[in-house]
Amino acid sequence: MIPKSGIRFSEEIMRQQSPMTDQALAAPRDYLQAQIRWQWGEIVFWLATLLPFVLTPSYLVLASQIAITALFALSLDLILGFCGIVSLGHAAYFGVGAYTAGLLSKWGFGEPLSGLVLAALAAGIFGYLSSFIIARFRHLALIMLTLGLALLLQEIANSASWLTGGSDGLQGIHTWPIFGRFRFDLYGYTAYTYSLALLFVVFLVARRLIHSPFGLALRGIRENTTRMPAIGAAIRGHIRTIYTIAAAIAGIAGALLAQTTETVSLEVLGFQRSADVLVMLILGGTGRLYGGLIGAAVYMIARDQFSGLNPQFWYFWIGLILIAVVMLLPGGILGGLSRLASRAKDKP
Amino acid sequence: MSEIALSARGLCKSFGSLIVASDIELALPAGARYALIGPNGAGKTTLINLITGMLRPDAGRIVLDGADITALPPEQRVKRGLVRTFQINALFPHLTALESVTLAVCERTRAVRTFWRKISAYRHEIDEAYDILAALSLTAVCHRPTRELAYGQQRLLEIALAMATQPKVLLLDEPAAGVPREDSAELFKAIAGLSREITVLFIEHDMELVFRFASRVIVLVGGRVLVEGTPHEIAADPQVRAVYLGRTMGKVPHG
Repeated sequence: MIPKSGIRFSEEIMRQQSPMTDQALAAPRDYLQAQIRWQWGEIVFWLATLLPFVLTPSYLVLASQIAITALFALSLDLILGFCGIVSLGHAAYFGVGAYTAGLLSKWGFGEPLSGLVLAALAAGIFGYLSSFIIARFRHLALIMLTLGLALLLQEIANSASWLTGGSDGLQGIHTWPIFGRFRFDLYGYTAYTYSLALLFVVFLVARRLIHSPFGLALRGIRENTTRMPAIGAAIRGHIRTIYTIAAAIAGIAGALLAQTTETVSLEVLGFQRSADVLVMLILGGTGRLYGGLIGAAVYMIARDQFSGLNPQFWYFWIGLILIAVVMLLPGGILGGLSRLASRAKDKP
Repeated sequence: MSEIALSARGLCKSFGSLIVASDIELALPAGARYALIGPNGAGKTTLINLITGMLRPDAGRIVLDGADITALPPEQRVKRGLVRTFQINALFPHLTALESVTLAVCERTRAVRTFWRKISAYRHEIDEAYDILAALSLTAVCHRPTRELAYGQQRLLEIALAMATQPKVLLLDEPAAGVPREDSAELFKAIAGLSREITVLFIEHDMELVFRFASRVIVLVGGRVLVEGTPHEIAADPQVRAVYLGRTMGKVPHG
């Protein structure tokens, strides 16, 4: 145990301070505890994710895709929003997860949950290996490195068509019923339940991680990379850990897509997917855990609606929304909302 | 007391043709209070960067507590008790003061390795951080984000972060830089209150402060050590006077 005063200040200066009562000591912990507590907004949010079952049962397939993409965006938020690692190649880990689950199923093992675990493992191992490069760089170099890694991987997958099916995609995936009971139906009922449950469980893990001492260290890295070594922090070790975790989560998202759609194409590794997820996260707001979730929902519903209007030009609207959000709402949709909330609170 | 806590042997560093450190020798006895002075561009901050490992010397060795640490990365030097503060605030703008210091404590106790327990469960780390903030009179603002603190409070937080690592040797880079004189009392109290077990080297321009806190002074000019001596010897030294010609040396207190 560390002595209260340590060897820091001489006895006199410590004695000058008002003696601390237990009550005074409880306060700082309580404050930190209160920040971690579940907010009403969060509970409402998760209840709202159940609405598609009731309100839009014909859109459950889309809802399932949104949940999967939200999970993918959550994994990007862990490295970008909490650690300042900008990635334009996050689809690499999504793709590794998708191909792992797809191949397992193609080879005759279509059990979904163990498929997820193995996909997470594969993507996590790939993430761990690449983290040794990632942890050495910052900023622009990172964008190029992550982009490069993803391009490499996509071309490898393209050329290894004996394994991946190349540009034709992976054929012959069949996902077994969950727990041997719940079949994947045409309406996406099982798919959405499954994706949403996974999103929620992984979200709980991510939420706990962010509120742990390790999560505090990640915020420290985002806030000031110069100071961290000066308080004895091995930044690169922290970055390697979170990068591996984020890669594993991206792998779970990829596996979910492969299992629920029963197809895997090269597109899972594509630049478009990496760019889209980055856009969604920025749209929703980085560093808030919910930003990726909201961003994915807004983006994908918008895409669904706009592409119904005129399919060729829907990126025009996405471009417009993106410019508007970045210019008018720095911090994304959630950043704007929280500013509104604090302004409302300040008003008497 | 005569045990050497930190020493530098023949430290050299140049950027291209610009020599910023030239054969620097120093030896700080345990518990000593050293001031490092010199005109702008003399290489004072560079020397701190070299000692703490933020810069790699071209030649020379750094020895902490008898162990050669020249090859160690900065964070491992911190773990061994060699800690610095920054002349320009290097804080965590969006973390609260309590979160910042708790983070520094957690790095020391290695609590940062766990990601499945809530931070609020780390009672000892939080209490310790709170104690440090209390010793620096920062508890009233400890739940405010760092960027909202007054400048003087941010300077105190610089020291709080360093203290959370439990330093054996503390390098203070102009701790009072930019703090208006009327707000500096708290800061000086903190520096004066540092435990005598901690060896301190501080960069300072204000000679009054140097006289108040330092037992020895090192004068750095053009990347080399010009002289070393007691504050009175330094104040009387003709070489130092020549260097500072045209600058105010401050008043030499009598007695």
